[in-house]
Amino acid sequence: MTQDTAQPVAAVGDAPRPPDGTDPALLMELYRQMVLIRRFEEKCQEMYTKAKIGGFLHLYIGEEATGVGAVSALREGDHIFTHYRDHGHAIARGLDINALMAELFGKVTGTGKGLGGSMHFADASKQFWGGYALVGCHLLLAVGTALGDTMQRKPGVTMVFFGDGATNGGEFYEALNFAQLWKLPVVFVCENNLYAMGTPLEVHSSVTEIYRKAAAFDMRAERVDGNDVLVMREAALRAVDHARSGQGPVLLEAMTYRFRGHSAQDVQKYRSKEDVERRRSGDPIEVFRRQLLAWGVIAAADLRTLEHTIDDQVEAAVQFAEASDEPGVEWIRQSGVYAAAITVDPPIHGE
Amino acid sequence: MTTTEQTLLEAIRGAMHDALAWDARVVVLGEDVAVKGGVFLATDGLLERFGALRVIDMPIAEAGIVGVAIGMALHGLRPVAEIQFADYLYPAIDQILNEAARMRYRSNGDWNCPLVIRAPFGGGIHGALYHSQSVEALFTSTPGLKVVVPATPHDARGLLLAAIADPDPVLFLEHKRLYRTLRGPVATGQGATVPLGVAACRRPGRDVSIITYGAMVHESLRAADALAHEGVDLEVIDLRTLVPLDRDAVLATVRRTGRALIVSEDNLTGGFAGEIAAVIAEHGFADLDAPVRRLAAPDVPAVPFSETLEDAFMVSAAKIMTAARELARY
Repeated sequence: MTQDTAQPVAAVGDAPRPPDGTDPALLMELYRQMVLIRRFEEKCQEMYTKAKIGGFLHLYIGEEATGVGAVSALREGDHIFTHYRDHGHAIARGLDINALMAELFGKVTGTGKGLGGSMHFADASKQFWGGYALVGCHLLLAVGTALGDTMQRKPGVTMVFFGDGATNGGEFYEALNFAQLWKLPVVFVCENNLYAMGTPLEVHSSVTEIYRKAAAFDMRAERVDGNDVLVMREAALRAVDHARSGQGPVLLEAMTYRFRGHSAQDVQKYRSKEDVERRRSGDPIEVFRRQLLAWGVIAAADLRTLEHTIDDQVEAAVQFAEASDEPGVEWIRQSGVYAAAITVDPPIHGE
Repeated sequence: MTTTEQTLLEAIRGAMHDALAWDARVVVLGEDVAVKGGVFLATDGLLERFGALRVIDMPIAEAGIVGVAIGMALHGLRPVAEIQFADYLYPAIDQILNEAARMRYRSNGDWNCPLVIRAPFGGGIHGALYHSQSVEALFTSTPGLKVVVPATPHDARGLLLAAIADPDPVLFLEHKRLYRTLRGPVATGQGATVPLGVAACRRPGRDVSIITYGAMVHESLRAADALAHEGVDLEVIDLRTLVPLDRDAVLATVRRTGRALIVSEDNLTGGFAGEIAAVIAEHGFADLDAPVRRLAAPDVPAVPFSETLEDAFMVSAAKIMTAARELARY
């Protein structure tokens, strides 16, 4: 059943106190992750401009509350699949930022030893199955790990992130249909940032309230304010509980906004500077920071200390990446095309 | 180990049955594989024996079948996905080429994607546009994927068991015309696998090497028997797997005969026969007494329906005889 919690994307007000029972340490951790993603990516942009990072760079800046809130609802043993704008989810899942920066530099110490780059962060040890660049293709893989958990009677939940643009492709419908048919433990998180690259939502989708697409499958769905990390977390917790308890998948539509271009080269003809500036005034990190101070959860001095520590960590990640080796050319083959060298015996005669 | 007479279809069904029985990680999924037992009945009886969590009826949405199987494979299972006809692989091609084939490489060897995709292929059954094509060349050009084409019941069982045990994704192409028309001895038992990447010499000969796979192995053997009466002695090499390719076997047969006729049911241009020709040209040139010759289907976009036209399309023993005779005389 769909559940209409549709709201326009609202600036988050300064609530008088944090939600009941929220551990201050958790609030700090959520804030730390959001700032780490922001500072990491600001550094990415700087390194891209200095040509230390090449290729394509898709920044998550502005959407941090969605990824951090959603991933915080998962446990160890749960699975994550995501799209090419994957830095935020990787950092929220706890992947080592040294290895992530090294991957962006194309170094052998990267998460993919320099084979993947920005769009393909991954870490099997954390069941972070990586970023996928064809929008929607990975939704089916996520259904597969969830079916694997169901088959093996494991308690895992699979969370899969994708954009509003991906919901127009066939794989979205294939994935939702089968997941609901089998009541599989999948949480589909649509990060609706209002643009499929440069195409506005109302130009690319016949239904602009993406969560309503779940109605076709009788799937539970919610639209939530993805710019409020606590709202996002609460919605994700509800969805994960629903999925883990065998009641089936959930589609969460997280309303969010990307402050930067689609990629580093995007001149953004599809939206005005004024629109972007207006959105920036509701920066999820700034809003959350003001809330933490207003709630008296943490002193301003301690926040500044935390932010300095993060800056140092990001700087250290750059130094780590700079100091790391390039992969040797032998890696082009040694990185595993097949499981083992193919040995070919003489032909069998006259079988 | 015992040997029984089976059709190609029975051998394939038996291999899946035994793999499900021996390994709890194996799961069979696809359109109609459970209740119906498969469009060709290749999975008949498996649901009753192994239950609905191991033998899964999927929606008829090929990207979904393959994508879900990839997710299961990443998670440590051994899915065997059936695509009803090889022509239907196209809706799943992104999942196969962009995702399955790259999992190991993108993860630097960390991730296994032990997936088997079975698909009936090939013409000669009046299937026309969407039920007849040979699709192997689309897949042999993507490293990371293995491509297997059994030509005998024994190999169908042995290669399928090897493919299921293989830690990498395997496309397993079964010639549908052979399913029930071909019978042969099949060694059963857990050890009776046929390794991927090893060709078989089906008929030793002195004059011309026929290098082929799938149903064309049998057309080639018929041609060889007929030409023997004319004093032309053909050697027939069954590649069995296209990737990995047994290059040594290809080069060894050319060394023996000095003449190579590559026979494929696929279209000529861009087909896998061209790759074999290139291997011989690059590495076996000094052994050649005649130009390398390819015999393949005409470059038209589909197998036509009309019996006359389909016969004209298909490579046959008669066409192989003509080509081999010319090559022997060169």
